[in-house]
Amino acid sequence: MEVLYKPWPWYIAGAVIGLTVPTLLLLGNKRLGISSTLRQFCAMCVPANIPYFKYDWKQQSWNLFFAAGLLLGGFLGGYVFANPEPVKVTQGTLQLFSSWGLEDPKGLLPEDLFNFENLITLKGFLLMIVGGFLVGFGTRWAGGCTSGHGIMGLSALQWPSLVATVCFFIGGIIFSHFVLPYILAL
Amino acid sequence: MKNFKYLLVGIVFGLALTKGEAISWYRIQEMFYFESFHMYGIFMTAVPIGALSIFLIRKFQLKAVNGEVIEKTVKAYHPGVIFGGLIFGFGWALTGACPGPLYCQIGSGYLVVIVVLLAAAAGTWTYGLVKNHLPD
Repeated sequence: MEVLYKPWPWYIAGAVIGLTVPTLLLLGNKRLGISSTLRQFCAMCVPANIPYFKYDWKQQSWNLFFAAGLLLGGFLGGYVFANPEPVKVTQGTLQLFSSWGLEDPKGLLPEDLFNFENLITLKGFLLMIVGGFLVGFGTRWAGGCTSGHGIMGLSALQWPSLVATVCFFIGGIIFSHFVLPYILAL
Repeated sequence: MKNFKYLLVGIVFGLALTKGEAISWYRIQEMFYFESFHMYGIFMTAVPIGALSIFLIRKFQLKAVNGEVIEKTVKAYHPGVIFGGLIFGFGWALTGACPGPLYCQIGSGYLVVIVVLLAAAAGTWTYGLVKNHLPD
């Protein structure tokens, strides 16, 4: 039973993620992609006559079921069978976190930063609200996220997806090195 | 319920993201600082398996179970691929999560991430609003 609680090595997680591509194609000719669910929510709830949200979202409601599955998968893997051990990052990473004034990892994300009280602080606002906004804005402008471009697009050997994925990483590296440390110091 | 099967696939995909710790803010920072192979290992396993699967599907001209022909996946180039890609990267570094992991984090019990997901939806909504003024 203990094995249910353990994290998966990268090659198992990577293999299951990779096999999701043919599974969705063969099950219903669906292309892996998750940021499109954000567009779906907008189209469902606040289309506001914006052309980008005026489409038959019910036709694509499969991805809402897929997103609900992600929620349940997270519930099973991260709550019911949560790993009681902290994430085993490298020694260098631990030093990095301590240089940022963070405690050693507990759970999957730092609750000192990601909590409801912090939403009204500048630090928490920048990390959660501004960060989330940039994720939603950027993925839709790019036409995909780490799944849609990084996994699906690259698997389909689409060079624009390679450009997108490289830009995801360049943006992430720039912000994590040159912006995040200043936000954490607030 | 023809869409029920996607719920099941989503559960397995979500389990892999969660148990592979790809939804961990700690792992994402570790990746951006090139401190560990872990996240790169996930990509470098997933993409070749996805690519080989697509190659085989096209080689044997496999059809979806509903009989549909599986067309080639095309991701068109436009300037948003670069600008939007960078902007998403900025957000990825702050939240430590791309859209898929946001759902998994909420499921894992980090309920404050619901607010992050709403902020992401607001970002997408704003993109829809200003789309015609952006180069794409």
